[in-house]
Amino acid sequence: MNGLRILRIGPVASVQDMGRPGLLGQGISQGGAADTLALAEGAALLRQDPGLATLEMGGMGGEFEATGPLRIAFTGAPMAAALEGTALAWNASHQMEAGQRLTIGAARAGVYGYLHLGGGIATEPVLGARSVHLMAGLGRAAEAGDLLPAGPDNSDETGLVLAAEERFNGGELRIVESFQSPLFPEAVRTRFAATAFSRGSRANRMGVEMVSDGAGFAADGQLNILSEVILPGDVQMTGDGKPFVLLRECQTTGGYPRIGTVLPCDLPKVAQAQAGASLRFRWISLEEGLEIQAAFGKSLKGLPAACCPLVRDPAAVRDLLSYQLISGAVSADADPFAKGEST
Amino acid sequence: MDSQNAAAYPLVRRAGLSGMLVSFAGSLSEASNRAALAFRTAVEAMALEGVVETMASLASVFVRFEPSVLPHGRLEDALRGLLATQDWLQAPLPAGRRFWRVPTVYGTDLAPQLAEAADAAGMSEAQAIDSLSAARVRVLTIGFAPGQPYLGSLGPEWDLPRQTELTPKVPRGALVQAIRQFVLFSNPAPTGWRHVGQTGMMLFQADAGQPFALRAGDEMQFEPVSKPEFLKLCEADPLRGGAAAREIGA
Repeated sequence: MNGLRILRIGPVASVQDMGRPGLLGQGISQGGAADTLALAEGAALLRQDPGLATLEMGGMGGEFEATGPLRIAFTGAPMAAALEGTALAWNASHQMEAGQRLTIGAARAGVYGYLHLGGGIATEPVLGARSVHLMAGLGRAAEAGDLLPAGPDNSDETGLVLAAEERFNGGELRIVESFQSPLFPEAVRTRFAATAFSRGSRANRMGVEMVSDGAGFAADGQLNILSEVILPGDVQMTGDGKPFVLLRECQTTGGYPRIGTVLPCDLPKVAQAQAGASLRFRWISLEEGLEIQAAFGKSLKGLPAACCPLVRDPAAVRDLLSYQLISGAVSADADPFAKGEST
Repeated sequence: MDSQNAAAYPLVRRAGLSGMLVSFAGSLSEASNRAALAFRTAVEAMALEGVVETMASLASVFVRFEPSVLPHGRLEDALRGLLATQDWLQAPLPAGRRFWRVPTVYGTDLAPQLAEAADAAGMSEAQAIDSLSAARVRVLTIGFAPGQPYLGSLGPEWDLPRQTELTPKVPRGALVQAIRQFVLFSNPAPTGWRHVGQTGMMLFQADAGQPFALRAGDEMQFEPVSKPEFLKLCEADPLRGGAAAREIGA
Protein backbone atom coordinates (compact mmCIF):
# COMPACT_ATOMS: atom_id res chain seq x y z
CA MET A 1 0.00 0.00 0.00
CA ASN A 2 1.28 3.47 -0.86
CA GLY A 3 1.90 5.68 2.08
CA LEU A 4 4.43 7.50 4.17
CA ARG A 5 6.71 5.74 6.62
CA ILE A 6 7.47 7.94 9.63
CA LEU A 7 11.21 7.97 10.29
CA ARG A 8 11.22 10.74 12.86
CA ILE A 9 8.32 12.71 14.39
CA GLY A 10 7.62 15.42 16.97
CA PRO A 11 5.93 14.52 20.27
CA VAL A 12 2.45 15.89 19.50
CA ALA A 13 1.67 14.60 16.04
CA SER A 14 -1.49 12.58 15.39
CA VAL A 15 -3.86 11.54 12.63
CA GLN A 16 -6.86 13.89 12.54
CA ASP A 17 -10.03 14.39 10.54
CA MET A 18 -13.24 16.29 11.33
CA GLY A 19 -13.81 14.14 14.42
CA ARG A 20 -16.80 12.22 15.78
CA PRO A 21 -19.97 14.26 16.17
CA GLY A 22 -22.93 12.56 17.84
CA LEU A 23 -21.24 10.89 20.82
CA LEU A 24 -21.65 13.70 23.38
CA GLY A 25 -24.22 11.62 25.25
CA GLN A 26 -21.62 8.84 25.59
CA GLY A 27 -19.02 11.17 27.03
CA ILE A 28 -16.95 11.68 23.87
CA SER A 29 -16.44 15.19 22.51
CA GLN A 30 -16.23 15.66 18.76
CA GLY A 31 -12.47 16.10 18.67
CA GLY A 32 -10.84 16.31 15.26
CA ALA A 33 -8.26 18.69 13.80
CA ALA A 34 -7.39 21.69 15.97
CA ASP A 35 -7.46 23.84 12.81
CA THR A 36 -10.30 22.57 10.62
CA LEU A 37 -9.69 25.36 8.11
CA ALA A 38 -6.34 23.69 7.38
CA LEU A 39 -8.24 20.47 6.59
CA ALA A 40 -10.42 22.29 4.07
CA GLU A 41 -7.38 24.00 2.52
CA GLY A 42 -5.51 20.70 2.18
CA ALA A 43 -8.54 19.07 0.59
CA ALA A 44 -8.84 21.94 -1.91
CA LEU A 45 -5.16 21.64 -2.86
CA LEU A 46 -5.47 17.88 -3.45
CA ARG A 47 -8.93 18.12 -5.08
CA GLN A 48 -10.48 15.79 -2.53
CA ASP A 49 -12.97 15.55 0.32
CA PRO A 50 -12.26 17.68 3.44
CA GLY A 51 -13.45 14.75 5.57
CA LEU A 52 -10.32 12.72 4.76
CA ALA A 53 -7.74 12.23 7.49
CA THR A 54 -4.44 14.09 7.65
CA LEU A 55 -1.38 14.23 9.92
CA GLU A 56 -1.50 17.09 12.45
CA MET A 57 1.93 18.14 13.67
CA GLY A 58 2.13 20.31 16.81
CA GLY A 59 5.11 22.67 16.82
CA MET A 60 7.39 20.51 14.71
CA GLY A 61 7.28 18.06 11.86
CA GLY A 62 9.44 15.03 11.19
CA GLU A 63 10.99 12.90 8.52
CA PHE A 64 9.07 10.63 6.18
CA GLU A 65 9.74 8.19 3.36
CA ALA A 66 7.29 7.44 0.56
CA THR A 67 6.55 3.73 0.08
CA GLY A 68 5.13 4.47 -3.39
CA PRO A 69 4.21 7.41 -5.62
CA LEU A 70 2.10 9.84 -3.64
CA ARG A 71 0.57 13.30 -3.77
CA ILE A 72 1.09 15.45 -0.68
CA ALA A 73 0.07 18.92 0.49
CA PHE A 74 0.98 21.15 3.45
CA THR A 75 -1.31 23.57 5.28
CA GLY A 76 -1.68 25.19 8.69
CA ALA A 77 1.29 26.54 10.65
CA PRO A 78 4.04 27.13 8.09
CA MET A 79 7.02 24.80 8.55
CA ALA A 80 10.20 24.38 6.51
CA ALA A 81 9.61 21.41 4.20
CA ALA A 82 12.10 19.77 1.85
CA LEU A 83 11.98 16.81 -0.50
CA GLU A 84 15.38 15.13 -0.87
CA GLY A 85 16.92 18.39 0.34
CA THR A 86 15.03 20.69 -2.04
CA ALA A 87 12.72 23.21 -0.39
CA LEU A 88 8.99 22.80 -1.01
CA ALA A 89 6.39 25.55 -0.84
CA TRP A 90 3.92 25.47 2.10
CA ASN A 91 0.19 25.78 1.37
CA ALA A 92 0.85 23.84 -1.78
CA SER A 93 0.56 20.35 -3.26
CA HIS A 94 3.48 18.28 -4.51
CA GLN A 95 4.37 14.89 -5.94
CA MET A 96 6.55 12.31 -4.15
CA GLU A 97 8.02 9.17 -5.66
CA ALA A 98 8.73 5.84 -3.95
CA GLY A 99 11.76 6.01 -1.69
CA GLN A 100 11.93 9.81 -1.60
CA ARG A 101 12.45 11.44 1.77
CA LEU A 102 10.50 14.39 3.06
CA THR A 103 11.65 16.49 6.01
CA ILE A 104 9.46 18.97 7.85
CA GLY A 105 10.97 21.31 10.44
CA ALA A 106 9.65 23.46 13.27
CA ALA A 107 6.71 25.85 12.92
CA ARG A 108 7.84 29.33 11.83
CA ALA A 109 4.52 30.80 12.99
CA GLY A 110 1.48 29.22 14.56
CA VAL A 111 1.34 25.80 16.19
CA TYR A 112 -0.31 23.07 14.10
CA GLY A 113 1.00 22.17 10.64
CA TYR A 114 -0.76 19.57 8.47
CA LEU A 115 0.60 16.98 6.08
CA HIS A 116 -2.08 15.72 3.69
CA LEU A 117 -1.89 12.66 1.43
CA GLY A 118 -3.70 12.20 -1.85
CA GLY A 119 -6.55 9.84 -0.94
CA GLY A 120 -6.26 10.79 2.71
CA ILE A 121 -4.64 8.79 5.49
CA ALA A 122 -6.51 5.50 5.53
CA THR A 123 -5.95 4.24 9.06
CA GLU A 124 -8.70 2.04 10.53
CA PRO A 125 -11.70 4.16 11.63
CA VAL A 126 -12.72 3.89 15.30
CA LEU A 127 -16.33 4.81 16.17
CA GLY A 128 -16.82 6.32 12.74
CA ALA A 129 -13.70 8.49 12.47
CA ARG A 130 -9.92 8.31 12.19
CA SER A 131 -9.20 11.19 14.56
CA VAL A 132 -6.96 10.29 17.45
CA HIS A 133 -8.72 11.49 20.64
CA LEU A 134 -6.15 11.28 23.42
CA MET A 135 -8.53 12.56 26.11
CA ALA A 136 -10.98 9.74 25.31
CA GLY A 137 -8.26 7.13 24.91
CA LEU A 138 -8.99 6.63 21.20
CA GLY A 139 -5.77 5.94 19.32
CA ARG A 140 -2.33 7.29 20.12
CA ALA A 141 0.15 9.90 18.99
CA ALA A 142 2.10 9.11 15.80
CA GLU A 143 5.45 7.40 16.38
CA ALA A 144 8.59 6.72 14.40
CA GLY A 145 8.11 3.46 12.48
CA ASP A 146 4.37 4.03 11.85
CA LEU A 147 3.09 3.77 8.29
CA LEU A 148 0.56 6.40 7.22
CA PRO A 149 -1.32 4.44 4.53
CA ALA A 150 -2.82 6.48 1.68
CA GLY A 151 -6.39 5.80 0.60
CA PRO A 152 -7.40 5.41 -3.04
CA ASP A 153 -6.38 8.61 -4.83
CA ASN A 154 -8.75 9.84 -7.53
CA SER A 155 -6.63 12.68 -8.88
CA ASP A 156 -3.11 13.23 -10.16
CA GLU A 157 -3.06 16.98 -9.97
CA THR A 158 -0.21 18.62 -8.01
CA GLY A 159 1.65 21.91 -8.09
CA LEU A 160 -1.21 24.00 -6.73
CA VAL A 161 -0.87 26.74 -4.18
CA LEU A 162 -3.37 28.57 -2.00
CA ALA A 163 -3.13 31.93 -0.25
CA ALA A 164 -3.87 30.85 3.34
CA GLU A 165 -6.00 32.96 5.62
CA GLU A 166 -3.77 34.57 8.27
CA ARG A 167 -4.51 33.01 11.64
CA PHE A 168 -1.12 32.37 13.19
CA ASN A 169 -0.51 35.48 15.27
CA GLY A 170 -3.49 35.82 17.57
CA GLY A 171 -5.90 38.71 17.04
CA GLU A 172 -9.58 39.24 17.73
CA LEU A 173 -11.90 36.43 18.84
CA ARG A 174 -15.63 36.96 18.38
CA ILE A 175 -17.69 35.59 21.25
CA VAL A 176 -21.43 35.12 21.85
CA GLU A 177 -23.23 34.85 25.17
CA SER A 178 -24.15 31.39 26.37
CA PHE A 179 -26.31 29.99 29.16
CA GLN A 180 -23.83 30.74 31.95
CA SER A 181 -22.91 34.26 30.79
CA PRO A 182 -25.45 35.87 33.18
CA LEU A 183 -23.54 34.33 36.12
CA PHE A 184 -20.82 36.89 35.37
CA PRO A 185 -21.72 40.43 36.43
CA GLU A 186 -22.14 42.86 33.53
CA ALA A 187 -19.03 44.78 34.64
CA VAL A 188 -16.93 41.59 34.52
CA ARG A 189 -18.14 40.78 31.01
CA THR A 190 -17.35 44.32 29.86
CA ARG A 191 -13.90 44.22 31.43
CA PHE A 192 -13.31 40.82 29.82
CA ALA A 193 -13.74 42.33 26.34
CA ALA A 194 -11.62 45.36 27.25
CA THR A 195 -8.68 43.22 28.41
CA ALA A 196 -5.56 42.49 26.36
CA PHE A 197 -4.75 38.78 26.71
CA SER A 198 -1.81 36.77 25.62
CA ARG A 199 -1.73 33.04 25.12
CA GLY A 200 -0.38 31.39 28.25
CA SER A 201 2.04 28.51 28.49
CA ARG A 202 -0.66 25.89 29.08
CA ALA A 203 -2.19 24.80 25.81
CA ASN A 204 -3.06 21.55 24.10
CA ARG A 205 -5.75 20.10 21.90
CA MET A 206 -8.28 20.40 24.75
CA GLY A 207 -7.86 24.06 25.53
CA VAL A 208 -5.69 27.15 25.57
CA GLU A 209 -4.88 29.36 28.54
CA MET A 210 -5.32 33.15 28.28
CA VAL A 211 -3.30 35.35 30.61
CA SER A 212 -3.71 39.03 31.42
CA ASP A 213 -2.65 41.63 33.97
CA GLY A 214 -5.05 42.56 36.75
CA ALA A 215 -7.91 40.75 38.42
CA GLY A 216 -9.39 37.44 37.27
CA PHE A 217 -12.92 37.01 35.93
CA ALA A 218 -15.04 35.30 38.55
CA ALA A 219 -18.68 34.29 38.35
CA ASP A 220 -21.20 34.69 41.16
CA GLY A 221 -21.44 31.44 43.12
CA GLN A 222 -18.57 30.04 41.08
CA LEU A 223 -18.05 26.93 43.21
CA ASN A 224 -21.69 25.80 43.47
CA ILE A 225 -22.49 25.36 39.81
CA LEU A 226 -23.93 22.09 38.61
CA SER A 227 -21.73 20.29 36.08
CA GLU A 228 -23.11 21.07 32.66
CA VAL A 229 -22.46 20.41 28.96
CA ILE A 230 -19.30 21.96 27.51
CA LEU A 231 -19.02 23.19 23.92
CA PRO A 232 -15.87 23.79 21.90
CA GLY A 233 -15.23 27.53 21.99
CA ASP A 234 -16.51 27.91 25.56
CA VAL A 235 -14.35 30.26 27.61
CA GLN A 236 -14.11 28.54 30.98
CA MET A 237 -12.94 30.30 34.14
CA THR A 238 -10.86 28.19 36.49
CA GLY A 239 -11.08 28.58 40.27
CA ASP A 240 -8.89 31.68 40.21
CA GLY A 241 -10.87 33.29 37.37
CA LYS A 242 -8.34 32.58 34.65
CA PRO A 243 -9.84 31.98 31.20
CA PHE A 244 -9.25 28.89 29.08
CA VAL A 245 -10.68 28.73 25.58
CA LEU A 246 -11.79 25.14 25.11
CA LEU A 247 -11.10 23.41 21.81
CA ARG A 248 -12.72 20.48 20.06
CA GLU A 249 -11.07 17.80 22.21
CA CYS A 250 -12.42 19.30 25.48
CA GLN A 251 -14.29 17.17 28.01
CA THR A 252 -18.07 16.87 27.49
CA THR A 253 -19.20 18.21 30.87
CA GLY A 254 -17.67 20.36 33.56
CA GLY A 255 -18.35 22.41 36.64
CA TYR A 256 -16.33 25.55 35.98
CA PRO A 257 -18.47 28.42 34.66
CA ARG A 258 -18.17 29.64 31.08
CA ILE A 259 -18.47 33.34 30.24
CA GLY A 260 -19.38 32.80 26.59
CA THR A 261 -18.58 30.84 23.42
CA VAL A 262 -16.06 31.80 20.73
CA LEU A 263 -17.36 31.35 17.18
CA PRO A 264 -16.31 28.04 15.59
CA CYS A 265 -14.68 29.93 12.69
CA ASP A 266 -12.37 31.76 15.12
CA LEU A 267 -11.14 28.60 16.88
CA PRO A 268 -8.28 27.97 14.41
CA LYS A 269 -6.91 31.35 15.54
CA VAL A 270 -7.00 30.14 19.17
CA ALA A 271 -5.38 26.78 18.40
CA GLN A 272 -2.72 28.38 16.21
CA ALA A 273 -1.70 31.17 18.64
CA GLN A 274 1.84 30.61 19.88
CA ALA A 275 2.66 31.26 23.55
CA GLY A 276 2.77 35.04 24.02
CA ALA A 277 0.55 35.90 21.03
CA SER A 278 -1.88 38.78 21.70
CA LEU A 279 -5.59 38.01 21.73
CA ARG A 280 -8.74 39.96 22.46
CA PHE A 281 -12.40 39.06 22.76
CA ARG A 282 -15.26 40.99 21.17
CA TRP A 283 -18.88 40.34 22.18
CA ILE A 284 -21.20 40.00 19.23
CA SER A 285 -24.91 39.24 18.99
CA LEU A 286 -26.27 35.83 18.07
CA GLU A 287 -27.46 37.25 14.71
CA GLU A 288 -24.01 38.63 13.87
CA GLY A 289 -22.42 35.35 14.92
CA LEU A 290 -24.71 33.31 12.68
CA GLU A 291 -23.99 35.61 9.74
CA ILE A 292 -20.23 35.47 10.25
CA GLN A 293 -20.25 31.69 10.62
CA ALA A 294 -22.41 31.27 7.51
CA ALA A 295 -20.06 33.52 5.51
CA PHE A 296 -17.15 31.38 6.70
CA GLY A 297 -18.93 28.23 5.52
CA LYS A 298 -19.40 29.85 2.14
CA SER A 299 -15.72 30.83 1.93
CA LEU A 300 -14.73 27.20 2.55
CA LYS A 301 -16.72 26.18 -0.50
CA GLY A 302 -14.72 28.70 -2.54
CA LEU A 303 -11.32 27.23 -1.57
CA PRO A 304 -11.00 24.75 -4.48
CA ALA A 305 -11.49 27.57 -6.99
CA ALA A 306 -8.95 29.75 -5.14
CA CYS A 307 -6.10 27.28 -5.73
CA CYS A 308 -3.74 28.33 -8.50
CA PRO A 309 -0.68 26.85 -10.17
CA LEU A 310 2.50 27.11 -8.17
CA VAL A 311 4.74 29.47 -10.12
CA ARG A 312 8.28 30.14 -9.02
CA ASP A 313 9.49 33.67 -8.60
CA PRO A 314 12.81 33.47 -10.49
CA ALA A 315 14.28 36.14 -8.22
CA ALA A 316 13.67 33.94 -5.21
CA VAL A 317 15.29 30.85 -6.69
CA ARG A 318 18.86 30.60 -5.55
CA ASP A 319 20.23 28.48 -8.37
CA LEU A 320 17.84 28.90 -11.23
CA LEU A 321 19.85 26.87 -13.71
CA SER A 322 19.79 23.76 -11.58
CA TYR A 323 16.02 23.51 -11.90
CA GLN A 324 14.52 21.54 -14.67
CA LEU A 325 11.98 24.10 -15.75
CA ILE A 326 10.48 21.99 -18.49
CA SER A 327 10.29 18.25 -18.47
CA GLY A 328 11.98 16.26 -21.18
CA ALA A 329 8.93 15.53 -23.25
CA VAL A 330 5.88 17.70 -22.98
CA SER A 331 2.98 18.37 -25.22
CA ALA A 332 2.51 21.98 -26.18
CA ASP A 333 -0.59 22.46 -24.05
CA ALA A 334 0.51 20.58 -20.93
CA ASP A 335 0.94 22.49 -17.72
CA PRO A 336 4.62 21.99 -16.87
CA PHE A 337 3.76 22.13 -13.19
CA ALA A 338 0.92 19.65 -13.29
CA LYS A 339 3.08 16.63 -12.57
CA GLY A 340 5.08 18.06 -9.76
CA GLU A 341 7.99 19.47 -11.74
CA SER A 342 7.71 22.48 -9.48
CA THR A 343 8.98 20.41 -6.60
CA MET B 1 -33.18 36.18 24.88
CA ASP B 2 -35.61 36.76 27.76
CA SER B 3 -35.25 33.22 29.00
CA GLN B 4 -31.61 33.93 29.92
CA ASN B 5 -32.92 35.93 32.88
CA ALA B 6 -36.08 34.05 33.77
CA ALA B 7 -36.15 32.82 37.34
CA ALA B 8 -38.46 29.84 37.07
CA TYR B 9 -37.58 26.34 35.90
CA PRO B 10 -37.78 24.74 33.45
CA LEU B 11 -35.48 27.17 31.67
CA VAL B 12 -34.80 27.21 27.95
CA ARG B 13 -31.52 28.98 27.20
CA ARG B 14 -29.18 29.08 24.29
CA ALA B 15 -25.79 27.39 24.39
CA GLY B 16 -23.20 28.97 22.11
CA LEU B 17 -24.05 29.62 18.48
CA SER B 18 -25.99 26.47 17.68
CA GLY B 19 -27.11 24.85 20.91
CA MET B 20 -30.14 25.05 23.20
CA LEU B 21 -30.26 23.93 26.83
CA VAL B 22 -33.42 22.94 28.70
CA SER B 23 -32.79 22.87 32.47
CA PHE B 24 -35.16 21.38 35.05
CA ALA B 25 -33.33 22.60 38.16
CA GLY B 26 -30.25 24.52 39.26
CA SER B 27 -29.19 21.68 41.51
CA LEU B 28 -29.34 17.92 41.32
CA SER B 29 -32.40 16.05 42.50
CA GLU B 30 -33.83 12.65 41.72
CA ALA B 31 -36.84 14.21 39.96
CA SER B 32 -34.89 16.74 37.87
CA ASN B 33 -32.56 13.99 36.65
CA ARG B 34 -35.54 11.78 35.78
CA ALA B 35 -37.10 14.75 33.94
CA ALA B 36 -33.91 15.29 31.94
CA LEU B 37 -33.69 11.62 30.89
CA ALA B 38 -37.35 11.53 29.84
CA PHE B 39 -37.24 14.88 28.05
CA ARG B 40 -34.18 13.89 26.03
CA THR B 41 -35.97 10.74 24.88
CA ALA B 42 -38.96 12.87 23.87
CA VAL B 43 -36.81 15.37 21.95
CA GLU B 44 -35.20 12.50 20.06
CA ALA B 45 -38.65 11.10 19.29
CA MET B 46 -39.74 14.45 17.76
CA ALA B 47 -37.01 13.86 15.13
CA LEU B 48 -36.91 17.55 14.18
CA GLU B 49 -35.05 18.23 10.97
CA GLY B 50 -31.93 20.22 11.83
CA VAL B 51 -31.31 18.65 15.26
CA VAL B 52 -27.78 17.23 15.16
CA GLU B 53 -27.49 15.58 18.56
CA THR B 54 -28.88 15.62 22.08
CA MET B 55 -27.45 14.87 25.48
CA ALA B 56 -28.91 14.63 28.97
CA SER B 57 -26.74 15.95 31.78
CA LEU B 58 -27.52 15.86 35.51
CA ALA B 59 -30.64 18.05 35.35
CA SER B 60 -30.86 19.35 31.79
CA VAL B 61 -31.00 18.44 28.12
CA PHE B 62 -28.69 19.89 25.50
CA VAL B 63 -29.77 20.07 21.86
CA ARG B 64 -27.23 20.84 19.15
CA PHE B 65 -28.75 21.93 15.86
CA GLU B 66 -28.08 23.49 12.49
CA PRO B 67 -29.54 27.04 12.63
CA SER B 68 -29.66 27.37 8.83
CA VAL B 69 -32.09 24.43 8.76
CA LEU B 70 -33.81 24.94 12.11
CA PRO B 71 -33.75 28.60 13.25
CA HIS B 72 -33.37 29.36 16.97
CA GLY B 73 -36.95 30.64 17.34
CA ARG B 74 -38.48 27.57 15.78
CA LEU B 75 -36.49 25.14 17.95
CA GLU B 76 -37.25 27.16 21.07
CA ASP B 77 -40.98 27.06 20.27
CA ALA B 78 -40.82 23.31 19.72
CA LEU B 79 -39.00 22.73 23.01
CA ARG B 80 -41.41 24.96 24.95
CA GLY B 81 -44.32 23.17 23.31
CA LEU B 82 -42.90 19.82 24.38
CA LEU B 83 -42.29 21.09 27.93
CA ALA B 84 -45.97 22.06 28.18
CA THR B 85 -47.25 18.60 27.27
CA GLN B 86 -46.68 17.11 30.73
CA ASP B 87 -45.11 17.55 34.16
CA TRP B 88 -41.66 16.21 33.35
CA LEU B 89 -40.70 15.98 37.03
CA GLN B 90 -43.30 13.18 37.27
CA ALA B 91 -42.03 11.35 34.19
CA PRO B 92 -41.16 7.66 34.57
CA LEU B 93 -37.61 6.40 34.11
CA PRO B 94 -36.62 5.14 30.65
CA ALA B 95 -37.45 1.56 29.66
CA GLY B 96 -34.80 -1.13 29.23
CA ARG B 97 -32.80 -0.17 32.29
CA ARG B 98 -30.43 -2.65 33.90
CA PHE B 99 -29.19 -3.30 37.43
CA TRP B 100 -25.46 -3.89 37.74
CA ARG B 101 -23.84 -5.62 40.73
CA VAL B 102 -20.15 -4.81 40.69
CA PRO B 103 -17.57 -6.59 42.92
CA THR B 104 -15.53 -3.84 44.56
CA VAL B 105 -12.47 -3.68 46.80
CA TYR B 106 -12.92 -0.87 49.30
CA GLY B 107 -9.71 0.59 50.69
CA THR B 108 -6.38 -1.33 50.65
CA ASP B 109 -3.59 -0.13 48.39
CA LEU B 110 -6.02 -0.51 45.46
CA ALA B 111 -8.29 2.32 46.70
CA PRO B 112 -6.16 4.28 49.16
CA GLN B 113 -8.54 7.10 50.08
CA LEU B 114 -11.31 5.12 51.79
CA ALA B 115 -9.99 5.99 55.27
CA GLU B 116 -9.82 9.66 54.45
CA ALA B 117 -13.36 9.69 53.01
CA ALA B 118 -14.74 7.73 55.98
CA ASP B 119 -13.13 10.23 58.31
CA ALA B 120 -14.64 13.16 56.45
CA ALA B 121 -18.07 11.48 56.62
CA GLY B 122 -17.64 10.84 60.38
CA MET B 123 -17.57 7.05 60.13
CA SER B 124 -15.22 4.15 60.76
CA GLU B 125 -13.89 2.42 57.67
CA ALA B 126 -16.19 -0.56 58.31
CA GLN B 127 -19.22 1.74 58.60
CA ALA B 128 -18.20 3.54 55.41
CA ILE B 129 -17.96 0.24 53.50
CA ASP B 130 -21.39 -0.80 54.83
CA SER B 131 -22.90 2.51 53.83
CA LEU B 132 -21.34 2.80 50.36
CA SER B 133 -21.89 -0.84 49.41
CA ALA B 134 -25.56 -0.77 50.52
CA ALA B 135 -26.35 2.17 48.23
CA ARG B 136 -28.17 1.31 45.00
CA VAL B 137 -27.27 4.28 42.81
CA ARG B 138 -28.48 5.38 39.38
CA VAL B 139 -26.48 6.41 36.33
CA LEU B 140 -27.46 10.09 36.39
CA THR B 141 -25.54 11.01 33.29
CA ILE B 142 -22.60 9.85 31.20
CA GLY B 143 -19.89 12.35 30.63
CA PHE B 144 -16.37 13.69 30.90
CA ALA B 145 -14.85 10.52 29.41
CA PRO B 146 -16.23 7.70 27.19
CA GLY B 147 -19.05 5.79 28.85
CA GLN B 148 -18.17 7.24 32.26
CA PRO B 149 -21.12 7.45 34.69
CA TYR B 150 -21.98 9.99 37.35
CA LEU B 151 -23.86 7.92 39.96
CA GLY B 152 -26.18 9.06 42.71
CA SER B 153 -27.50 10.02 44.97
CA LEU B 154 -25.78 8.92 48.16
CA GLY B 155 -27.03 10.01 51.58
CA PRO B 156 -26.36 13.52 52.92
CA GLU B 157 -23.47 12.17 55.04
CA TRP B 158 -21.63 11.72 51.72
CA ASP B 159 -21.97 15.35 50.67
CA LEU B 160 -18.18 15.72 50.82
CA PRO B 161 -16.48 18.54 48.92
CA ARG B 162 -14.00 17.81 46.18
CA GLN B 163 -10.36 17.75 47.33
CA THR B 164 -8.45 20.99 46.94
CA GLU B 165 -5.56 19.15 45.29
CA LEU B 166 -6.03 16.82 42.35
CA THR B 167 -5.02 13.17 42.68
CA PRO B 168 -2.65 12.92 39.69
CA LYS B 169 -3.97 9.58 38.48
CA VAL B 170 -6.51 6.92 39.38
CA PRO B 171 -6.71 3.72 37.30
CA ARG B 172 -9.49 2.52 35.02
CA GLY B 173 -12.32 1.06 37.09
CA ALA B 174 -11.63 3.39 40.05
CA LEU B 175 -14.71 4.24 42.13
CA VAL B 176 -14.35 7.81 43.40
CA GLN B 177 -16.68 9.79 45.66
CA ALA B 178 -17.70 13.42 46.30
CA ILE B 179 -20.85 15.62 46.56
CA ARG B 180 -23.26 12.69 47.21
CA GLN B 181 -22.14 10.99 44.01
CA PHE B 182 -19.78 8.34 42.71
CA VAL B 183 -17.90 8.43 39.44
CA LEU B 184 -16.61 5.17 37.99
CA PHE B 185 -13.60 5.90 35.78
CA SER B 186 -13.47 4.56 32.24
CA ASN B 187 -9.84 5.58 31.67
CA PRO B 188 -6.90 6.40 33.94
CA ALA B 189 -7.34 10.10 34.80
CA PRO B 190 -6.57 12.79 37.37
CA THR B 191 -9.43 13.58 39.76
CA GLY B 192 -10.45 15.85 42.60
CA TRP B 193 -12.73 13.13 44.01
CA ARG B 194 -11.59 10.52 46.58
CA HIS B 195 -10.63 7.04 45.43
CA VAL B 196 -12.66 4.80 47.78
CA GLY B 197 -13.08 1.60 45.78
CA GLN B 198 -11.60 -0.33 42.88
CA THR B 199 -13.56 -2.38 40.35
CA GLY B 200 -12.48 -4.46 37.37
CA MET B 201 -15.18 -3.04 35.15
CA MET B 202 -14.31 -1.83 31.66
CA LEU B 203 -16.91 0.77 30.65
CA PHE B 204 -15.80 1.35 27.11
CA GLN B 205 -14.31 -0.77 24.33
CA ALA B 206 -13.95 1.09 21.05
CA ASP B 207 -13.89 -2.06 18.90
CA ALA B 208 -16.80 -3.92 20.52
CA GLY B 209 -20.24 -4.23 18.92
CA GLN B 210 -21.66 -2.40 21.94
CA PRO B 211 -18.80 -0.04 22.85
CA PHE B 212 -20.50 1.43 25.96
CA ALA B 213 -21.47 -0.78 28.90
CA LEU B 214 -23.80 1.65 30.68
CA ARG B 215 -26.84 3.75 29.81
CA ALA B 216 -28.26 6.69 31.73
CA GLY B 217 -30.94 5.32 34.06
CA ASP B 218 -29.14 2.04 34.77
CA GLU B 219 -28.67 1.23 38.45
CA MET B 220 -25.53 -0.01 40.17
CA GLN B 221 -24.46 -1.45 43.49
CA PHE B 222 -20.83 -1.85 44.49
CA GLU B 223 -20.58 -5.03 46.55
CA PRO B 224 -17.55 -5.50 48.79
CA VAL B 225 -15.07 -8.30 48.09
CA SER B 226 -11.61 -8.96 49.51
CA LYS B 227 -8.56 -8.06 47.51
CA PRO B 228 -7.61 -11.73 46.76
CA GLU B 229 -11.19 -12.45 45.63
CA PHE B 230 -11.15 -9.33 43.48
CA LEU B 231 -7.89 -10.30 41.79
CA LYS B 232 -9.30 -13.76 41.05
CA LEU B 233 -12.46 -12.22 39.53
CA CYS B 234 -10.40 -9.90 37.33
CA GLU B 235 -8.32 -12.79 36.09
CA ALA B 236 -11.42 -14.84 35.24
CA ASP B 237 -13.29 -11.89 33.70
CA PRO B 238 -10.86 -9.23 32.46
CA LEU B 239 -13.60 -7.13 30.84
CA ARG B 240 -16.06 -6.87 33.73
CA GLY B 241 -14.21 -8.04 36.86
CA GLY B 242 -17.19 -10.22 37.78
CA ALA B 243 -19.82 -7.50 37.34
CA ALA B 244 -23.23 -8.82 36.28
CA ALA B 245 -26.30 -7.06 34.91
CA ARG B 246 -29.98 -7.94 34.74
CA GLU B 247 -32.93 -6.10 33.22
CA ILE B 248 -35.04 -4.06 35.59
CA GLY B 249 -38.72 -4.97 35.13
CA ALA B 250 -41.08 -2.15 34.14
